[in-house]
Amino acid sequence: MRNRDITPFLFILLITALSSWITFAPDNLWLGRDVSVRLGLDLQGGTQVLMKADGIVDKEVMSTAATVIERRVNGLGVSEAIVQLSGDNRIIVELPGVKDPEKAIETLRGTGRLEFIDTKGQFLNDGTVVRTSGNPDPKLSQATIDAAAADPNNPVPSIDPVIYQSITDGRDLDTRQVALRVATDSVSSRPAVSFAFIGQSANDLATFTAANIQKPMCIVLDNTVVSCPVIQSALVGGSGEITTNTREDAEKILNQLKYGSLPVTLSIESSRTVSATLGANSVQASIVAGLVGLIIVAVFMVVYYRLPGLLATVALIIYTIIIFAVHKLVPITLTLSGIAGFILSIGLAVDANVLIFARLKEELRNKRSFLRAVEAGFDEAWPAIRDSSASTLITSAILFLFGNSFGVSLIKGFALTLALGILLNLFTAVVVTRTFLRMVVRNESAHATWLYEVGSDPDVSEQPAA
Amino acid sequence: MKSIVGLRYVWFIISLVVIIPGAVFFALFGLRTGIDFAGGALWDLHFVTKQTSDLNTDKIAGIFKANGFDSAQVQISTVKIDGKEVASAVVRTKELSATNPEQQQRDILDALNKEYGEVRRESLQSVGPTVSSEATRSAAIAVLGACLAILVYMTLAFNKAPNPFRYGMCALLAMLHDVLVVLGVAAILGYTIGLEVDAYFLTALLTVISFSVHDTIVVFDRIRENLAHRRAGESFEDIVNHSIVQTLPRSLNTQLTSIFTLMALLLFGGATIQNLVIILLVGLISGTYSSIFNAAQMLVVWENREWQQWFRRQAA
Repeated sequence: MRNRDITPFLFILLITALSSWITFAPDNLWLGRDVSVRLGLDLQGGTQVLMKADGIVDKEVMSTAATVIERRVNGLGVSEAIVQLSGDNRIIVELPGVKDPEKAIETLRGTGRLEFIDTKGQFLNDGTVVRTSGNPDPKLSQATIDAAAADPNNPVPSIDPVIYQSITDGRDLDTRQVALRVATDSVSSRPAVSFAFIGQSANDLATFTAANIQKPMCIVLDNTVVSCPVIQSALVGGSGEITTNTREDAEKILNQLKYGSLPVTLSIESSRTVSATLGANSVQASIVAGLVGLIIVAVFMVVYYRLPGLLATVALIIYTIIIFAVHKLVPITLTLSGIAGFILSIGLAVDANVLIFARLKEELRNKRSFLRAVEAGFDEAWPAIRDSSASTLITSAILFLFGNSFGVSLIKGFALTLALGILLNLFTAVVVTRTFLRMVVRNESAHATWLYEVGSDPDVSEQPAA
Repeated sequence: MKSIVGLRYVWFIISLVVIIPGAVFFALFGLRTGIDFAGGALWDLHFVTKQTSDLNTDKIAGIFKANGFDSAQVQISTVKIDGKEVASAVVRTKELSATNPEQQQRDILDALNKEYGEVRRESLQSVGPTVSSEATRSAAIAVLGACLAILVYMTLAFNKAPNPFRYGMCALLAMLHDVLVVLGVAAILGYTIGLEVDAYFLTALLTVISFSVHDTIVVFDRIRENLAHRRAGESFEDIVNHSIVQTLPRSLNTQLTSIFTLMALLLFGGATIQNLVIILLVGLISGTYSSIFNAAQMLVVWENREWQQWFRRQAA
C-alpha cells in the first residue's frame, strides 16, 4: 500500500471502529454516556402539543412561561421531554412515553395561581368558579358551558359577578416550601400539600386570620374553590395546607405550585397523541423494511456492478453504522418518517456510487489504465454528485424549517435524516469507496475486466476516444 | 436520424396525456385535505372486545354528537395488531377545544367505554384553525421557495456553460411537470380511495421535487461536459442526445434502487406512512421520466427557438 492510501484507510478504519463501538455499546453505555436510541412519538407513544399564550405577551413573559413548564415537565418525571418556544407566542411541548397524556398536559397548562379570598363569612362549594381581585375575569371550562347548554332550566352558564378580595398575592408564594404531606386529623388521614407565603402576603394572611377566627376563608386555585376551611388560629408565618381526596390530585397541585405559576394562560392549538402499542408496531415494521431494503440493494449492486458493487456494499454497511452512531451520540430522535428518510437515503447513497462506476466503466472501455480510470471516474462524477446533493439539501433545509415552526416532528425527523444521510453519503461514496477501489486496483490480480462488467457498450453511436 | 431528442414532441404529448386526466380531476374535485391543512381532529380507536360487525357508524357518530362533536365522519375497519384482528374506527371531527381538550377526550372515551367496553385511543390528532391555515400558507411558500432556491443554485452551478439560466429554467419546468403529475394523481386517488393531502404528502412532494432536480442535474452535467469538448459539425441536438444515451443506464439504475427501497417500505413499513411511500413512488417515476424525456429536450427547443416554427406551421 502506498502512503497516499494508508492515511485515508486508517481514518476510515478509525471512524468505523468508533461508530461500531457506539452503535453496539453494551448496555448502551459509552464512556459513561447513555447512548440508547431516542425514539420519537410515533415509535414509543406519547403526546405533543402546540400551545398558544392568550393575550398580548412579550419575550420575557414567554421565556418565563417556558421555564415554568420545563420545570413542571421535569417534575412529571418524563424523560427526553422537549419544551420549545415557537414564534412570538407559542410553546411546543413533547412528552414521549407519558402514561396519561391528558392529565400531564392539564398539569402543565394549569396557571397555578393560588389565592386566599375573603368570603365575608360565606362557605363556598368546592369547585365553584369565582372572580377574585387577582383575576376578575376567569374563563369557564368548555365542559361547564356544554353542560349548561344541555340543561333546559339553566341554559346560560355564568359566574357569580361578586368579586372576592384576594388576601394574598400569588407571586409571594414561596415555592421552596411547597411540599407533599399527609394531613391527619381525628377522623382520617388525607394527602395534602403544604405551602407558605412570604413578604407582604404573609403579613396580610396573619392579620386576616387573627381577626377572623372561627370564620371560613376559601382557598382558590386558578379561580376554582379548592376548599373553605374554618380559621382555627392565626396563620403566623403565612403558611397553610390544602387537603385533597387522592394522592394524584395532591401531586397535581404540588406540581403546579412548586415550580411557580404560569404568567400566561395557555390554550391548545394542536395536539397529537400516539399510544405505545401503535408505536411498538411501527418500530417492528420499519426495522423489517429497512433490512429488506438494504439486502435488495446490496444484491443488486453486486450482481450488476460486480467488484465495485461489492466494495460499494461494504461502504453502504459502514454508512449505516455511522448513521446509527450519530443518531445515538447527538442524540437525534428517531421517528417513523426519519426511518423512511434513512431508507430513502440508502437509494441516494447508491446513486453516487452508480455515477462513479458508470464513469469508471467508460474510462476502462477507453483503455485507460486501471489507476487512471479510478481517479478519472471520481473526478468526473464529482460535479454531478455535488450539485444533485445540493438540491436535495436545499429542500431538506426548507422542510426542516417548516416542521420546526409547527412542531410537526415527523417532517423535522424526515428532513434531518435525509440531510444527514446526504452529507454522510458524500463521505462514504467519495472517500470510502474511492480508497477501497484505489487499494484494490493496485493489486494486479484485480485487473480482469469482467470484474468490472466492462462488456456491453450502451452507446452505439459513440465515437472513438481522441 | 430518429433519436431520443428527435422524438421530443412524442414525449411531450405523452406527458400531456398523463397530466391531463389528473388536472381534470383536480379541477372538478380538488384535493382531499387532511386535518393538517383543513383543521379538525382525527381519532384512531381500537375496540378491544368487539368485532367489526358489532360497531355501527351511526351509533358512534351519535356518541360523538352527544359530547359536542356533530358531523363526525366514522370509518370502521379491521386492524392487525400482534397477529390478532382488532375492530377499529377512525373518526374525523372538528378540532378539540382549545381551552379544555382534556375533559372532552375523557368524556368521549367514557361514553364509548360505556357502550362498547374497553376502547383504546391509539392516536388522536387535533389541529386548530389558526395552525391549519398557517400550515397551508407555509406549505405553499415552502414549495415556491424550494423551486426558487433550486433555480438560483442551478444557474450558479452551470455558469460555465453557455446560457446558464436555461438550465435552471428547464430543470424547473421538468420539476413542474412532476409536481403536476403528483397533484393530479393525488386528486384522482383522493376521489377514488380517499387519499388525503396532509403533512406527509407535503414531505413527499418536496422530496419528489428534489429528486426530480437531482436526476435532471445528472443529465445536464453530462451535456455541459460534452459541450465543453464539442467537435466541429456537432449540432446541439446531437450533443444532447449523446448525453442522454450516456447517462441512461445510470438514471435507470438509480431509479431501480430507489424503487426497491420504496417497495420494501411499502410492503413492510407501517400503515401510517403508506401514503407517503405511494406518492414518493409516483413522483420518483415521473421524475426520472421527465429528466430523460423532457428536461434536455426543452433545452433543445429553447436553443433552436422552435416556438417560432410552431406558429409558422399553423400559418402554412
